[in-house]
Amino acid sequence: MKDFIIPSKDYGRSDRDMGTPASKSTQMVTLTIDSFQITVPAGTSVMRASAEAGIQVPKLCATDSVEAFGSCRLCVVEIEGRRGTPASCTTPVTEGMIVHTQSAKVKKIRKGVMELYISDHPLDCLTCSANGDCELQDMAGAVGLRDVRYAAVDTHFTARQNGEVNPLFIPKDDSNPYFTYDPAKCIVCSRCVRACEEVQGTFALTIEGRGFDSRVKAGLKSDTFLTSDCVSCGACVAACPTATLQEKSVIAIGTPERSVITTCAYCGVGCSFKAELNGDELVRMVPYKHGKANRGHSCVKGRFAYGYSAHSDRIIKPMIRDAISDPWREVSWDAAIGFAAGKMRGIQAQYGQQAIGGITSSRCTNEETYLVQKMIRSVFGNNNTDTCARVCHSPTGFGLRNAFGTSAGTQDFDSVEQTDVVIIIGANPTDGHPVFASRLKKRLRAGAKLIVIDPRRIDLVKTPHIEASYHLPLMPGTNVAVLTAIAHVIVTEALMDQDFIRQRCDWDEFADYAAFVSDPRHSPEATAFLTGVNADDLRGAARLFAKGGNGAIYYGLGVTEHSQGSTTVMAIANLAMMTGNLGRPGVGVNPLRGQNNVQGACDMGSFPHELPGYRHVSDDATRAVFEKLWGTVIDKEPGLRIPNMLDAAVEGTFRGIYIQGEDILQSDPDTKHVSAGLAAMDCVIVQDLFLNETANYAHVFLPGSTFLEKDGTFTNAERRINRVRRVMAPRNGYADWEVTQLLANAMGAGWTYTHPAQVMDEIAMTTPSFANVSYELLEEKGSVQWPCNELAPEGTPIMHIGGFARGKGKFIVTEYIATEERSGPRFPLLLTTGRILSQYNVGAQTRRTDNTIWHAEDLLEIHPHDAEVRGVNEGDWIKLASRSGDTTLRAKITDRVAPGVIYTTFHHPETQANVITTDYSDWATNCPEYKVTAVQVSKTNGPSEWQKDYAAHAAAARRIVPAAE
Amino acid sequence: MKIYIPGDAAARALGADDVARAVQAQAALRGIDVTVVRNGSRGMIWLEPLVEVETAAGRTAFGPCEPADVAGLFDDLAAHPKAVGPVESIPFFARQTRLTFARVGLIDPLSLDDFQAHGGLSGLRRALGMTGSDIVAEVTASGLRGRGGAGFPTGIKWKTVAEAQATQKYIVCNADEGDSGTFADRMLMEGDPFTLIEGMIIAGIGVGATRGYVYLRSEYPDAIAVMTEAVRVARAFGMLGASVLGSGQAFDMDIRTGAGAYVCGEETSLLNSLEGKRGIVRAKPPLPALQGFLGKPTVVNNVISLATIPVIFEKGAAFYKDFGLGRSRGTIPLQIAGNVQFGGLFEVGFGLSLLEIVNDIAGGTATGRPVKAVQVGGPLGAYFPPSKFQTAFGYEDFDQAGGLIGHAGITLFDDTTDMLGMARFAMEFCAIESCGKCTPCRIGAVRGVETIDRIAQGDTAAIPLLTDLCETMKDGSLCALGGFTPFPVMSALTHFPDDFSRLKEAAE
Repeated sequence: MKDFIIPSKDYGRSDRDMGTPASKSTQMVTLTIDSFQITVPAGTSVMRASAEAGIQVPKLCATDSVEAFGSCRLCVVEIEGRRGTPASCTTPVTEGMIVHTQSAKVKKIRKGVMELYISDHPLDCLTCSANGDCELQDMAGAVGLRDVRYAAVDTHFTARQNGEVNPLFIPKDDSNPYFTYDPAKCIVCSRCVRACEEVQGTFALTIEGRGFDSRVKAGLKSDTFLTSDCVSCGACVAACPTATLQEKSVIAIGTPERSVITTCAYCGVGCSFKAELNGDELVRMVPYKHGKANRGHSCVKGRFAYGYSAHSDRIIKPMIRDAISDPWREVSWDAAIGFAAGKMRGIQAQYGQQAIGGITSSRCTNEETYLVQKMIRSVFGNNNTDTCARVCHSPTGFGLRNAFGTSAGTQDFDSVEQTDVVIIIGANPTDGHPVFASRLKKRLRAGAKLIVIDPRRIDLVKTPHIEASYHLPLMPGTNVAVLTAIAHVIVTEALMDQDFIRQRCDWDEFADYAAFVSDPRHSPEATAFLTGVNADDLRGAARLFAKGGNGAIYYGLGVTEHSQGSTTVMAIANLAMMTGNLGRPGVGVNPLRGQNNVQGACDMGSFPHELPGYRHVSDDATRAVFEKLWGTVIDKEPGLRIPNMLDAAVEGTFRGIYIQGEDILQSDPDTKHVSAGLAAMDCVIVQDLFLNETANYAHVFLPGSTFLEKDGTFTNAERRINRVRRVMAPRNGYADWEVTQLLANAMGAGWTYTHPAQVMDEIAMTTPSFANVSYELLEEKGSVQWPCNELAPEGTPIMHIGGFARGKGKFIVTEYIATEERSGPRFPLLLTTGRILSQYNVGAQTRRTDNTIWHAEDLLEIHPHDAEVRGVNEGDWIKLASRSGDTTLRAKITDRVAPGVIYTTFHHPETQANVITTDYSDWATNCPEYKVTAVQVSKTNGPSEWQKDYAAHAAAARRIVPAAE
Repeated sequence: MKIYIPGDAAARALGADDVARAVQAQAALRGIDVTVVRNGSRGMIWLEPLVEVETAAGRTAFGPCEPADVAGLFDDLAAHPKAVGPVESIPFFARQTRLTFARVGLIDPLSLDDFQAHGGLSGLRRALGMTGSDIVAEVTASGLRGRGGAGFPTGIKWKTVAEAQATQKYIVCNADEGDSGTFADRMLMEGDPFTLIEGMIIAGIGVGATRGYVYLRSEYPDAIAVMTEAVRVARAFGMLGASVLGSGQAFDMDIRTGAGAYVCGEETSLLNSLEGKRGIVRAKPPLPALQGFLGKPTVVNNVISLATIPVIFEKGAAFYKDFGLGRSRGTIPLQIAGNVQFGGLFEVGFGLSLLEIVNDIAGGTATGRPVKAVQVGGPLGAYFPPSKFQTAFGYEDFDQAGGLIGHAGITLFDDTTDMLGMARFAMEFCAIESCGKCTPCRIGAVRGVETIDRIAQGDTAAIPLLTDLCETMKDGSLCALGGFTPFPVMSALTHFPDDFSRLKEAAE
């Protein structure tokens, strides 16, 4: 990355570019550099050792995010006893080595090299977008270049030479919406190419031509950056030392003058970023190299797709209306809060204390989530709180809690660096969790083996320099059958880790499970007819996972969003336990959480039956802790889950809801049922950035704040509590936690929080797994992973070391019970859904950025065979119908899906994929069965009746009457 | 009747195929049963096509032959106008010490019987009875150094690979002979391919490598065809495969074709290209001996180095080491080319002076004009003026004289040569062949051409700039391409300053 350092509070973590990656050796080597003695790990480069000693050897092609390359020849040094002038970046240290970084000879070489560079570089520094942030500029200064004596004839930077077109000149490529490639500024250091290969693992970039004709190129000859394989992760831009690859925002605004370290608010990876600003104008988001989840990497969403925060659609004034058929009226905060509080209290007065509830947001901070459930429990006086984890990872919490004792993943992301065999099941990391995917791909390129269990041929099955050892393309809905068959192979072929099972688990429970899975009806051969998975492949995969070294399982919503989601999670836990793959680095059960703070929302007591820390509301001791602190009585009966709230609304017993940061109308299954429930309520309060789909049924709209506008914490998929820092004032006037406090106080709470740190202190005081967490600790450590308490004062990167949280690991029998949702004559195809890299969930944010250039609409992926028999051609309008409803979208014909399976994304409200999905859900947690819907497709001419009606309703519902001045 | 007509590419370029067809036609006409052997070249290019007829008294040669000369081969041989007698009696040949090239031109290249009849496989048979470390020690004791140009002791390289711990090791033969004026690798591969295979097998047994590759430049179609066939024959014979000559030790190999980049003769670029990547130079360390092909320990040796191994094992390290001068042991196949009277391949022990080579062996220039300069070591070698012709042919001697022997190419230039033009050519060659990875080579070579053009236009002020540029390229480049280009440039500038100031004087 560029070594541009702007003043920031970096908590002792330096942004300095050390030149080459750190060595992980434990053996130490002492050497002398310019008369300074320095001790570094063996394998460290002379360049990095010099940097450790405080000496910056001039460099251009080296940067510590990629391996040394040795091409710029600026970093040459002299080493006593060695011939010549070795490059310090590619030369490892040796004991007793004596290095001179500033001899007359190396200084002359550096000046000579710099003179060559500058002879082929436009001297337009003052108007260059990298002015002040250019390593070439810095190095010219560092080596004392004072004159360029060459009379250059051939150059790459002049469009015309002596009136002739310069064939070496390549015009700027500004096809990517977020950055430009200006070949005229390029010094061919290959940092971008290496970042694309080593950091991102996409291999979209290369150097084409040779010698003086060597040029950076995205894709093939005819490609631009946009049409190439580039995924716009920004690694190349971060690696570029000049203005060759430059953020368009920097070109437009200028170099930033201050920065704040914060956490991305998209997916559950939880990447740390430096928000770089001028005043309160955000200039760019740069991945933070000390971020422990992302280690300096980013994806297109976190890096670039932040423009929604200043989008004109954003609502920044509170609005109310008496009926959803009315237009919105902009009002003051006082009026809106007063209106909302009055309505909610009125409902309770008329229909009872249980007639209202709320939904916490997995997009908001831990502190905000905590306050919402606190308000529901202590101010509303009931447990009618739920969260969007209901519709994604509730089975993870349930399953892992039962198996291990903790409702969370077992590892940190660094663990993947030590894994040998990876199972990816029901997840598509390159699209859903791209930064983790890049880290995984790096490990796979280094030799780890991969097993993919997915109905669809996801990118990881075959991507540059990576090929899965096994892809088990199962029929949607048969996860349990496949995992049990894997267990069958492991048990019947005696591949399990008996020592681990005896020491860590209940042997009798294992024996029961082993007897269950050994039944021939669970053999791969017996289950192949319903799973569609080749038995030999399944056996091969089972053997590889059992005996391939450190085995890690990563899974996503393809596991949980089924009628047997919780069973599948338990089957995964069984598989990890029986192969001894828990309790150390490189192994584990790793749910890839969908949203930035879905782990935190679950941790914070968002569920109707659980107080913070996953403690049941019926537990008197736990209630007592909160009752004492809150000074209220907590209902000891669990409250309503989201679907129950909607059912109760239709019945007329549930009439008011406060929804913070979730668009249930678009994201929850069976849209018609959701809309009916919402329409039946008297007071729907939506707190959001935009008039989302749910807001079409709302009576109060409270403007939300973005992650850039508030302080707090997010907890990512590895249980890592990362700080979110306010980089600018809320455009709506209040951070979300302040809005909740306003509402709570209007309903009589009397809260006096002035900073989220106080909320975290309250969480720590009441929740054992957070006992040691404080903003001070987070400042000091950067982040910590819970449990963080007296037993683990600095947090717990790897769980269940030496024993399980619940004591003995529990094997649970996983009988396969097929979903009721089956294909048949009317609905012969199975629809499954997923995400795409450039869009995020319901798309409220990403659709309001230039990311739409990659994915302007949801498409229906259909196998050529299924398309052929229906006369469907690429791009045709398709009617997609299930027993719940129908919608239309365009077809994309691909063999990524098997015959009989179709696939789409759910990023666009126009598509309303959830009109199709059914009300089936996980037996234990009600997590909806998004991933299996029996459907039929046929050609059509345009939008369905539902889409037309809904569009008309939405347009009417979004009318706003501005407040009188 | 048995007639030898070289199938070597140089002989074919000079019409050997026409001669061969004429021989067959003449034999048919006369109803004579004739066996034509397409042997390798005897290395005397001015005599090619050099036809040898087997007689009761042995082989006797005729050259350079044209189809018109063929009829005479069936008549009174003594009266043939192109008769040159037995090859061994030709002074150019008689003065040589043919160890590596002993069989080249003598045998039918693809006849394993012929190969074995002339000592082939005896080195391998001996090596198969030795331990790996003894094999490496034998190579070390022979004093053999890398014949590709760098002159690194072969035994030490093998030892590094032998001692590396790895699941797989490789032998890679560098047959990307790109130096202008050199042809020893090609001649060896076309004339005695089994020798190279034998040398690679011994290397494999010695260091514990079971796979070998010959990286052969695409510009050598004949060598590719011969080597490919030789590997097939050797495999069928059991010389290559799971059990080399029934020893239980495995070694097999393939021929891989380059895509036409000079820089892929540099070993790390070669490895990248062999792996299917861009042929760009890798930084060292890591050494290819430890992390070479596919990241595994790899011996990368030149054709001549590997083809010399069999004779070392056949006759013993001491025998081989006996030839040579100082630390340059054994023989070196000189490749004499350019404006020369007797051009060709001349294998001899190290130590001849350049003067002897130029005057006595090469016979001076073809134009008969005085020699102005000799470039030794290919396009990256220094130009030697007559004043330095006393330099003895050895690695250290040439290094001290400001040059390098490289792959032992020797190119003569007469006194009409414009040395500024030659310096420009060196820079231009570097610019065209640069892989583009390191800055001094990528940009420096282009600026070098431009700067020499300024000098040519009378801008003598550009001379110090050229000198500085050469220093930057020499000390700063990643590999020998950029690092050695200053040798021809600076030797031309130093020894022939008049060629760099002529124009300005004329202008004044």
